[in-house]
Amino acid sequence: MTHRLQLSGITKRYPGVVANSDVSLTVLPGSVHAVLGENGAGKSTLMKIIYGSVKPDEGTVAFNGKTVHIRNPQEARALGISMVFQHFSLFDTLTVAENVWLGLDKALTLPEVSASITAKATEYGLDIDPSRPVHTLSVGEMQRVEIIRALLTRPQLLILDEPTSVLTPQAVEKLFVVLRLLAAQGCSILYISHKLHEIRELCDACTVLRGGQVTGVCDPRQESNASLSRLMIGAEPPALDVRELHAGAPVLEVSGLTLASDDPFGTHLADVALTVRAGEVVGIAGVSGNGQSELLYCLSGEDTRAPAQSIRMDGNDVSRLSPGKRRPLGLHFVPEERLGRGAVPTLSLAHNLLLSRDDALGAGGWIKVGALRKQAAEVIARYNVKANGPDAAAKSLSGGNLQKFIVGREIEAKPRLLIVSQPTWGVDVGASAQIRGEILALRDAGCAVLVVSEELDELFEISDRLHVIAKGRLSPSLDRQDATIERMGEWMSGLWDYPENNKKETAHAAA
Amino acid sequence: MLRLEVRPQPSRGWGYASPLLALAITVVIGVVLFAVLGKDPVRGLQVFFWEPIKSTYALSELMVKATPLLIIALGLAVCFRSNVWNIGAEGQYILGAIFAAGVALTADQSTGPWIVPAVLAAGVVGGMVWAGIVALLRDRFNANEILVSLMLVYVAIQVLNFLVYGPWKDPQGYNFPQTKTFEAVTQIPRLMDGSRVNIGLLLAFAGVAAVWVFLFRTYAGYAQLVGGLAPAAARYAGFSSRRALWTALLVSGGAAGLAGGLEVAGPIGQLTPYVPAGYGFAAIIVAFVGRLHPVGIVFSAILMSMFYIGGELAQSRMGLPKSITGVFQGLLLFALLACDTLIAYRLVWKK
Repeated sequence: MTHRLQLSGITKRYPGVVANSDVSLTVLPGSVHAVLGENGAGKSTLMKIIYGSVKPDEGTVAFNGKTVHIRNPQEARALGISMVFQHFSLFDTLTVAENVWLGLDKALTLPEVSASITAKATEYGLDIDPSRPVHTLSVGEMQRVEIIRALLTRPQLLILDEPTSVLTPQAVEKLFVVLRLLAAQGCSILYISHKLHEIRELCDACTVLRGGQVTGVCDPRQESNASLSRLMIGAEPPALDVRELHAGAPVLEVSGLTLASDDPFGTHLADVALTVRAGEVVGIAGVSGNGQSELLYCLSGEDTRAPAQSIRMDGNDVSRLSPGKRRPLGLHFVPEERLGRGAVPTLSLAHNLLLSRDDALGAGGWIKVGALRKQAAEVIARYNVKANGPDAAAKSLSGGNLQKFIVGREIEAKPRLLIVSQPTWGVDVGASAQIRGEILALRDAGCAVLVVSEELDELFEISDRLHVIAKGRLSPSLDRQDATIERMGEWMSGLWDYPENNKKETAHAAA
Repeated sequence: MLRLEVRPQPSRGWGYASPLLALAITVVIGVVLFAVLGKDPVRGLQVFFWEPIKSTYALSELMVKATPLLIIALGLAVCFRSNVWNIGAEGQYILGAIFAAGVALTADQSTGPWIVPAVLAAGVVGGMVWAGIVALLRDRFNANEILVSLMLVYVAIQVLNFLVYGPWKDPQGYNFPQTKTFEAVTQIPRLMDGSRVNIGLLLAFAGVAAVWVFLFRTYAGYAQLVGGLAPAAARYAGFSSRRALWTALLVSGGAAGLAGGLEVAGPIGQLTPYVPAGYGFAAIIVAFVGRLHPVGIVFSAILMSMFYIGGELAQSRMGLPKSITGVFQGLLLFALLACDTLIAYRLVWKK
């Protein structure tokens, strides 16, 4: 049988780093082949080489048995290779349909493209309006557009880079059904993921990368999570401690938070209510674009239009206070976007401390540079941040290291309430475990923690109680032991108002 | 084939070398330009790069030109670093000159030397008022500050013309459109005899220090920088974007107004339709060539004033049009923008 794709001896060097070193990979027709590896292992570079957007320094690529030199993504698509990137390649100012149109045969008219998008979207349950401008979409919705765009080209080889991180469990199941169907029809799939159980469930072959080199080729169905992660990181991720809940007095109380979004395509918040007590982690699950960002803007103070008395900290109304006024009360926040919001890309790590910390400020707002650099060096050392010292620009750090720095910056402030959005988005396994460990240690020290995440596994791992946000409404709270994947998935569609759920809700309200 | 390759880190060395290379490219193109125009290139370069610095007097004239450029560009550096695009410094300069002239015209024989600070303060207020209109329209109605500030330049010119052709025209001025010459007491004190350099130069150097401290050592300046570099991060930190907008425009407007006051009560000595000399626009180039850094701006202001003086000399001595100044300014800016590519990229030779 001819191999659908065969890479041999692929090497790619960048200034200062070898991204791929003598990588070989073989994909059979109709196979779902996983590429597993931590961040920086070289997966993305390898995929870009296959997709023609990066040229390898050495090695050959063969497609359907013939050696090919794919010079650009157009040629890749002409061959039948499609890719869904982890970092979306969409133009913000264009609509969904126009973006898809850009990558397609120009013979089609825009209405035809819109119609086929709607058709594909319905077929795969990826709800999207083709006429919406991309800048109004949430991260999760943008990914849907990317997936639909790839499927529309009827590929023979479909490359998916971390496709499920923003989907509900049901949508993941649906996607898997689609992928299995595609594979059965003969389309090969290259599936890049961190999620070991997904790979084991879906894929029939797996190539593991570490540090740009292949460290193993296996059949994931024969492997365990532990054996796969050993191949990937060389050791098993440290286990988290489990402990009894010792929640104290309420720190954050939100009630009657109703707010129309100022973005025409944003999500309106409807009567959101939640409580976070000292010494507990409350998780908010949900598919992105269901009001998470709007809620976080209100909680952090970046949006001060919330109704009076709707957000209280330790009993005091903070709904109209700016972030700078909330911080002295003990509210610290780690936003989802690290570069550009949680940190200024071009400023040094030391100067990025000043965004939320004022320890190095003297009288009249004088910046004590020496103290500031020392403080940054301490955060770098204590949180194991791999960086070129306190003067390294924030953008020179990898996503995981910058996240460790930002989390460290906020935790070192000894917050009374820490709000974290997507704590481990795009962060490798080792750093994820460290960040989760830090969050739990903070909880044990008596801090109230609110975590918003799209990764259910993560929420199950660290939360004491869970809420689900859907279409701007927040579900009642569930204790972790009562939360199952099925139930959470149902709630993610906004279905928690059924009588049986109401009973539970009353029980919780009474408790 | 030559290719551009992204550097792993921006090069520090090229950060400093790029302006020098840009200057060299400007000189080379200038030589070609002189040759094409049938002039002696060596003589041309002499006029631009040697004549303005060859004597103490020439140097002092260089400083006279550099002072307003430096002061305006310092304000613009704060403004541009805050991501506020005030390109109407020329208008704020004119209003500064008008306000300063208004105070200077009240002086008579009995006026004391207190009038000088009053004249300069009026200049600052005038620039702030004009820039404040921009800030207000942007703040209240989200009007584009680039367009508003630029349009206000032309309004400012008309206000100036109205005054010098109308109410403020010197009755003994043979109907020339100009005010009477200000009383001697309003004259900005000169630093030394025999040169036109005045205390404006000292104010400019104090401004360099003040802007450096503000931007790099104070929390308020940090807030301005963050607002310019990453607006979402500024919002996250809780820095008010309205405050940053007003600060940026009032600082740059005030600086331009101060320059206008210094000019009208200094070298010019009266209000005429020729007060707008393009300093406000040239200062935009000065600010960028100086990398929006207060110390860099000192050098670029001196360079730009060499072009001003060189252009005038080229007109009188070589019979070239004065617009050669603009050609050199433009060349320098283009060359700099091109050379700046080398900071983030390097040239590699690949087959």
